[in-house]
Amino acid sequence: MSLKKTLFDPLFENNPIALQILGICSALAVTTKLESVLVMCLAVIVVTAFSNLSVSLIRNHVPSSIRIIVMMTIIASLVIVTDQILKAFVYDVAKSMSVYIGLIITNCIVMGRAEAYAMKNGPIMALVDGIGNGIGYSVVLIFVGIFRELFGSGKLLGYNIMTPISEGGWYQPNGMALLSPSAFFLIGIFIWILRTVKKDQVESSN
Amino acid sequence: MSNDSTSKTLIVATLLCVICSIVVSSTAVQLKPMQVRNKKLDIKKNLLVTAGLVDDSAEEKQIVEAFKAVETKVVDLETGAYADIDPESYDARKAAKNPKLNYKIPADKDLANIKSRAKYGKVYLIKDGETVKNFVFPVHGKGLWSTMYGFLVLESDLNTVKGLGFYEHGETPGLGGEVDNPNWKANWNGKKVFNDAMKPVIKVVKGIAEEDAKYKIDGLSGATITSNGVTGLVRYWLSENAFGSFIKKYKAGSI
Repeated sequence: MSLKKTLFDPLFENNPIALQILGICSALAVTTKLESVLVMCLAVIVVTAFSNLSVSLIRNHVPSSIRIIVMMTIIASLVIVTDQILKAFVYDVAKSMSVYIGLIITNCIVMGRAEAYAMKNGPIMALVDGIGNGIGYSVVLIFVGIFRELFGSGKLLGYNIMTPISEGGWYQPNGMALLSPSAFFLIGIFIWILRTVKKDQVESSN
Repeated sequence: MSNDSTSKTLIVATLLCVICSIVVSSTAVQLKPMQVRNKKLDIKKNLLVTAGLVDDSAEEKQIVEAFKAVETKVVDLETGAYADIDPESYDARKAAKNPKLNYKIPADKDLANIKSRAKYGKVYLIKDGETVKNFVFPVHGKGLWSTMYGFLVLESDLNTVKGLGFYEHGETPGLGGEVDNPNWKANWNGKKVFNDAMKPVIKVVKGIAEEDAKYKIDGLSGATITSNGVTGLVRYWLSENAFGSFIKKYKAGSI
């Protein structure tokens, strides 16, 4: 596969959330505000990229009996480093993300790509695949985040778009948009739109 | 050597652990000073926001500037007198864990459910020239999941509440986490804490408090245990067992 295809395929052709249905948990948890979405996306892109790179570099020396725990160790270390950096440089955002940065360790996308791609491909391709999948994850998260913040609090990135009643405007915020179930609906709608456009992603019925 | 031999497995595992631990620990050590600084600044900011001196968007410069009006004192909680301890270096949270510096709270007095506290507590005096405008008491206590740490700000009469705010807690977002909701926090402003017998009687009630109830705060819906926790911790820290003796002494004019 070409470099370009590896990078852009995960956006819509083979999206980790919409097609592989990985990483749903964090898509529900951090999407109430666009700002935390962007930080989360950046963190996931960095972690998937570097975990893919490191796993790929040592792929020929990893005994198959301990390969999962080897990947876990690498991913966990990368996540802790990311978390520490966020706490040092953007404390307010890190505080609002609380445990979710740490939970990237359990994000299936990172592990899934390390096992499915990085163990079988060279370091450069693996790095690109990691970035691509991170961006694919981000596309869905940003889509969900925009709708949740806009309808849940009438804002985008903290700026008033539709001024809520509590601040003297006209918009009655939709409380459900702030709760996790709304993200399920939005991801469902995203998958629906995607599969309407790209019919080959529709699974055959039994 | 085959990849799956025992010795290769051991070598890979050991090397990986060593490299990963070096990376993780060196990042943590390198960044620690910045994180500590951020944390301290965040606590100061929370104190000032609760006291209404700055707003949420305040930058570091404004916080440092506003904090100049705050005088920090260390109080011996048993006698209520000022203690001769440098407030800059004293950390009440650490002291609460140190057997030499802490005090085991008798179970019947332990309204905040914290079991032990430091013998000395910090009090922040917000001054306007020479007169003290507000008193800030650091408070903490158990909620549903976590220990909640925050500040209670009283007016100069040491009875009227100016504000209450938490800078650290792990309550459920949307339910107990609503202790951070500015609309709920605004409820505290103007309420009284002590009855005529100087007993702290303020209470977070279930549902909506009556308009004229000066000792009652609206409850957080769906968060009874967090609400009770807030009641408990405010009452405990104002009681005879904690800052009560300082408050009595200050009111009597003997400080």
